Amino acid sequence: MSALKKMLFSSIGKKYIMAVSGLGLVGFLVTHLAANLLLLTGNPDLLNGYGAGLKSTLGPLFYPAEAALVGLFLVHIILAIYINVAGKKAARPIGYAKAQRGKGGESKFGLAGSNMLITGGLLAFFLVVHLWQVRYQVQFGSKFRTMLNGEQVGDLYRYCDEIFASPLMVVFYVGVMLFLGLHLRHGFWSAIQSLGAMKPEWSKSIHALGLIIAILFAVGFLIIPIWMHFGMAARLFQ
Amino acid sequence: MANKNFKLEIWRQDGPNTEGKFETFNIEINEHASFLEMLDQLNEDIMNEGGRPVEFDSDCREGICGSCGCMVNGAAHGPERETAVCQLHMRTFQNGETITVEPFRAKAFPIVRDLVVDRNAFDRIQEKGGYISVNTGPKPDANAIKIGKQRADEAMDAATCIGCGACVAACPNASASLFVGARLKHFGLLPQGAPERGRRTLRMVEQMDDEGFGACSNIGECEAVCPKGISISAIGHMKRDYLFANLGFHK
Ligand code: HEM
Ligand code: FES
Repeated sequence: MSALKKMLFSSIGKKYIMAVSGLGLVGFLVTHLAANLLLLTGNPDLLNGYGAGLKSTLGPLFYPAEAALVGLFLVHIILAIYINVAGKKAARPIGYAKAQRGKGGESKFGLAGSNMLITGGLLAFFLVVHLWQVRYQVQFGSKFRTMLNGEQVGDLYRYCDEIFASPLMVVFYVGVMLFLGLHLRHGFWSAIQSLGAMKPEWSKSIHALGLIIAILFAVGFLIIPIWMHFGMAARLFQ
Repeated sequence: MANKNFKLEIWRQDGPNTEGKFETFNIEINEHASFLEMLDQLNEDIMNEGGRPVEFDSDCREGICGSCGCMVNGAAHGPERETAVCQLHMRTFQNGETITVEPFRAKAFPIVRDLVVDRNAFDRIQEKGGYISVNTGPKPDANAIKIGKQRADEAMDAATCIGCGACVAACPNASASLFVGARLKHFGLLPQGAPERGRRTLRMVEQMDDEGFGACSNIGECEAVCPKGISISAIGHMKRDYLFANLGFHK
């Protein structure tokens, strides 16, 4: 085995990849949230224009970029399952009879840290539903098309407006965003530690920063369905 | 000096390949007895009745050798922090409490009998680089090699690891990262260990994986159960050094 392959396939290397892919996904979320907040303005052209603009700006690179993003998700998910299901089972085939009890202190043996597979799994399920909704239905269906500057584009705004009229969809989206928050609450700090980039003195601050990031993303995203459901843009801006 | 009564649920297993099960005992004991003294008394009672005593490991009984260790009520070394189970006392428990005692569990720590597990995997990791290579000769001058106070302290903190295996037992993934990290940090930070820093890291990590320990998910329960309170910053040190060793920054 080459030295690089050996490193990446080691228990530590797998976590380097987990961390880099996780942080890559956080990077994607930054752009995704920034774009989606355009929905709050109530002006359909802004997000529709952003979507169309992304495609024309990236040009031939659009599909490779999209494939890279899908790849990032797949790598993250496959390794997550490998480490947390197969790896766990292999390293401790017979578990404890008495439920393990955390001893407190700095331990992250809590809600966020112990449930990464569950919160992540929900995100994966959401991802499939979400892609089917905004990618397949809007971009490949004929119902949600609109004209912008003389060109036909996907009407993302109207699509979101329609699905968020349903309280059930609002609850679903809001719920998933809370899980995203939990995932990032442990995930951000964990990624820095996995990469060996944590100075001991930083640990507390990075863990706190993880909380801030988790809240920013969860609240940033979950506000959108609520906002649209109650027609806040129309109430405030018109 | 009151006596207390306890109900004990203890894991009994005859050998590595036999089925085990919990056996229930009742015991009355002075509350200032240590946990292992309590097991000693239990064993006398069992032997007086002609039974097979409960096997468990111990040696120094003062928290410095790393021989003892078992799960007490779901926590490695029991509920007290920075305490090996030999230093745990029965006054920690409520009168009448049921106490569950299980062996450490990990693929790499096969059960020998009852609460005794085979921790030779740690020795094999240690053999891959938990030492420094020096030429023998006259004893060097004590202060010939200068080491900064902070660096010496950090290395010493890592060096307090007694190799008991509680970190593995408490880790949801049965990872040995804290043990290996502590060894690597101890030797890597000191000038005596620096010449072999990269090689040591690669060899010890490879052995750790070969022994079948799991990956680290950064939960930190290892630090919480460590009788010496070794910080997971040792794991961060290992992750960094492993990268640097692979990139050739450390020989
Ligand atoms: C929005 C999408 C996602 C983001 C931003 C994200 C982010 C992260 C980050 C930053 C980490 C820390 C990496 C580390 O521990 O070193 C992480 C860990 C993890 N992620 Fe995700 N993730 C996402 C989606 C998913 C999905 C879909 C799954 C599906 C199973 C998942 C499962 C996990 C698991 C199990 C861990 C812990 C791995 C371990 O420490 O053993 N994540 N994630
Ligand atoms: S018997 Fe030596 S540390 Fe417990």
